Amino acid sequence: MALKRYVATRLVTMFGVLMITLLLTISLVGSNMDTILKQGVTFQVRTEITDNPAIAESFSSVEEFERYVQEQIEQRVRLLGLDEPWYSPQRLGLTMFKILTLDFGHATFLTSDLGSSDVKDIILEKLPRTILLFTTATIIISVIGIFLGALSGSKIGSAIDRVTSSFAIISSSFPVWWIGMLMIFVFAFIYQIFPARATPSIPPSDPAYIGALLYHMALPLITIVMIGFGAWAYLVRNFIVGIMQEDFILAKRTIGVRQGKIIYKHALKNAAPPIITILALSLSGSLGGAIITEAVFDWPGMGRLYFEAITVMDLPVIIGATYVLTVFFLASIFIADLLYGYFDPRVRTGS
Amino acid sequence: MSSITPQEIRQEFARSGIGIAGIAILLALIVTSALAVITIPIETFREWNDPSSWLEYPKVAIPAWVNIFLSEKIPEHRILDSPIVTSETYGDITLTSNQFGLNFNYDDFPNDMIYEFSAQYTGSPLLQISVLRPDGKEIRLLSASLPYSESQTTHNERIFSTDKTIKKNLAMQGGEFAFALDGLSAEDVIFSQSQAHMPLKGDYIFLVNLYGVNSESDIPESTMIIGGKAFGVMGTDELRRDLAVGLLWGTPLALFIGLAVAIASVIMGLLYGIYAGYRGMRTDEVMMRFNDVIYALPALPFLIILSVTISNSIFLMIGFLMIFGWVGIAKVARSMALQIKTRGYVEAANMMGQKNSKVILKHILPQLLPYAFASIAISVPAAITTEAGLSFLGLGDPSFPTWGQILHDANVYGAAARGLWWWIVPPGMMIAVTGLAFVFIGNALDAIVNPKLKKG
Repeated sequence: MALKRYVATRLVTMFGVLMITLLLTISLVGSNMDTILKQGVTFQVRTEITDNPAIAESFSSVEEFERYVQEQIEQRVRLLGLDEPWYSPQRLGLTMFKILTLDFGHATFLTSDLGSSDVKDIILEKLPRTILLFTTATIIISVIGIFLGALSGSKIGSAIDRVTSSFAIISSSFPVWWIGMLMIFVFAFIYQIFPARATPSIPPSDPAYIGALLYHMALPLITIVMIGFGAWAYLVRNFIVGIMQEDFILAKRTIGVRQGKIIYKHALKNAAPPIITILALSLSGSLGGAIITEAVFDWPGMGRLYFEAITVMDLPVIIGATYVLTVFFLASIFIADLLYGYFDPRVRTGS
Repeated sequence: MSSITPQEIRQEFARSGIGIAGIAILLALIVTSALAVITIPIETFREWNDPSSWLEYPKVAIPAWVNIFLSEKIPEHRILDSPIVTSETYGDITLTSNQFGLNFNYDDFPNDMIYEFSAQYTGSPLLQISVLRPDGKEIRLLSASLPYSESQTTHNERIFSTDKTIKKNLAMQGGEFAFALDGLSAEDVIFSQSQAHMPLKGDYIFLVNLYGVNSESDIPESTMIIGGKAFGVMGTDELRRDLAVGLLWGTPLALFIGLAVAIASVIMGLLYGIYAGYRGMRTDEVMMRFNDVIYALPALPFLIILSVTISNSIFLMIGFLMIFGWVGIAKVARSMALQIKTRGYVEAANMMGQKNSKVILKHILPQLLPYAFASIAISVPAAITTEAGLSFLGLGDPSFPTWGQILHDANVYGAAARGLWWWIVPPGMMIAVTGLAFVFIGNALDAIVNPKLKKG
């Protein structure tokens, strides 16, 4: 059973990759994190003592008091397991196990809009917003891309083909976030149509929130679609161009099947496997958001969460977000692989 | 995979329009880089992030050429640093005088005026500043003695137009003007017509006289700054930096980053892929699984973590970009090597007992070179935009300011929402144009290597 073996190897590889990604992340941020956590403990003990003057008064000498403070700190450090370095097998194992069971713990600095510091709550709050913006954009991009691509692929060398191809080539070298800045400049400064910041100013509990969110979403959405669809169209065009040279299309043409029917029914159908594969990849890829685009538009999604977490070194959030992003990414590669196998019989039979 | 000779590639390339366009843009960028390296001393560039070295420059000044398109001319920021120096002696008194000529043809008053000088003297010489206006009036601005010194001394000072003595002097000459001077700044008075409060156009002469008694006195450094709202070819940013310097120096940096990452990634990917494909069997399997692992790592998040935790040095950044750059090329190179190794001459070479390294370098690698060149060209824009993106997030190397860092500062100071287009458009255009040059070249090469896409 070639397929089963194939799926099993893929699954094992993916799990391995997931573990390696997490280990790498932990080892990169681990040592910084320990220092930060220990400082936090010291700070906590000191505040407790200043808040409670009775403790300080119960000691006769300064040395005795200092010793008590030191003991308190060490006790808590041990309690948190910080006396062992982050790379000790015990702590690594525990961390990895917790992550696998989706227990990301509590964020050190960041909180969700509702004030929860549970990493799971934070991620669950940001994820829908990212889906709203980036997944919507991806769907629009792919629809425009497929139609435009099919159209220009069927009329190679025509005006529409040349425009699409050059637009694709040119748009691919423009950074999306820079176009975002230009869009803000044009549509928020010169013509004040859209707001410059994408975060709605009213609280989420307000019934008008949805409307405000959609209004704030318009500018980033337009930007992402504008820069994205060219590459899609070009890709689809190249698939179609390849297929239009196949013998069966030539045969259809000779027996007098209409051009439109050939393209949308036969050519597009044969180009479906790679197109669907790429669609699956970009749909799940869109869940991770885009760190830089979200930074430009101040969109409160996964990308910005990730960036904020890295700048303040909030380890639980970094690990939680990396885990979620990597899982989505791997799942999409996996699904894309399976879809490709399903649509392309040559892969299925293992030949 | 048909073999193409280098001559054929050259001929095909010369015939492709976008390939030539790409080469033309690339040449222009190389000329720009050379210009930057020759004309702008590296010290200026090193001081990009040092605010004290940009004090003479204006804040968020629009590029000066904008005036060509405006009917109301915006006053240009002028740094006058080469005065006409004359020196005379009358008995005991020596007079050193500096004359600054200024042609003022704008429809608004300057922002401010600063006279920056360093004087060498003994005793306590008298410093007098006055201005001769186009309407013939001479206005005394300042008359002050420099701090007393027994021995030869060097005195540095900045005199601002907000100086109290200047204001007092102007108020005393208020009779020359037909309107009240209360509440007007010094430059609003100096550059105003005497009948109405409107800018007076024409040639101004600023005169700085230093009178020393029984002593040698000199003004070795003397700069008159007339503060304006327009400056240079590219304008300035919030931190008074001349954007032309950053943009010009960004060119060699971007080319270096892009080419270094692309060339190294392609070489790594090619060797890795060919070796895996050529050896086959278990080696291939293990190497490709490792390739899968790197491929599945989320690149941008990892690059961010790496630059935050390890270092944001530009050379390390190039190294990090390489880690993620070679993976895709290795996959393609492997599949190409799998095909080539079944060809007769490779098998023959194997049977003759040639070393693996020799077979790879002599028989397989040359076949992949056209693909390698296309990949290098296509990888460059990705490397440049990724570096720009990281810099945009504020993770760039502060000692090497790139276009991405200029955009980062623009974003931090809200340039887009404040309408400071000259701070946003040029750096992005440079990134896009540089990327475009390589995309054009890459596309032209790709069409030669994969002829199927071009035809039809």
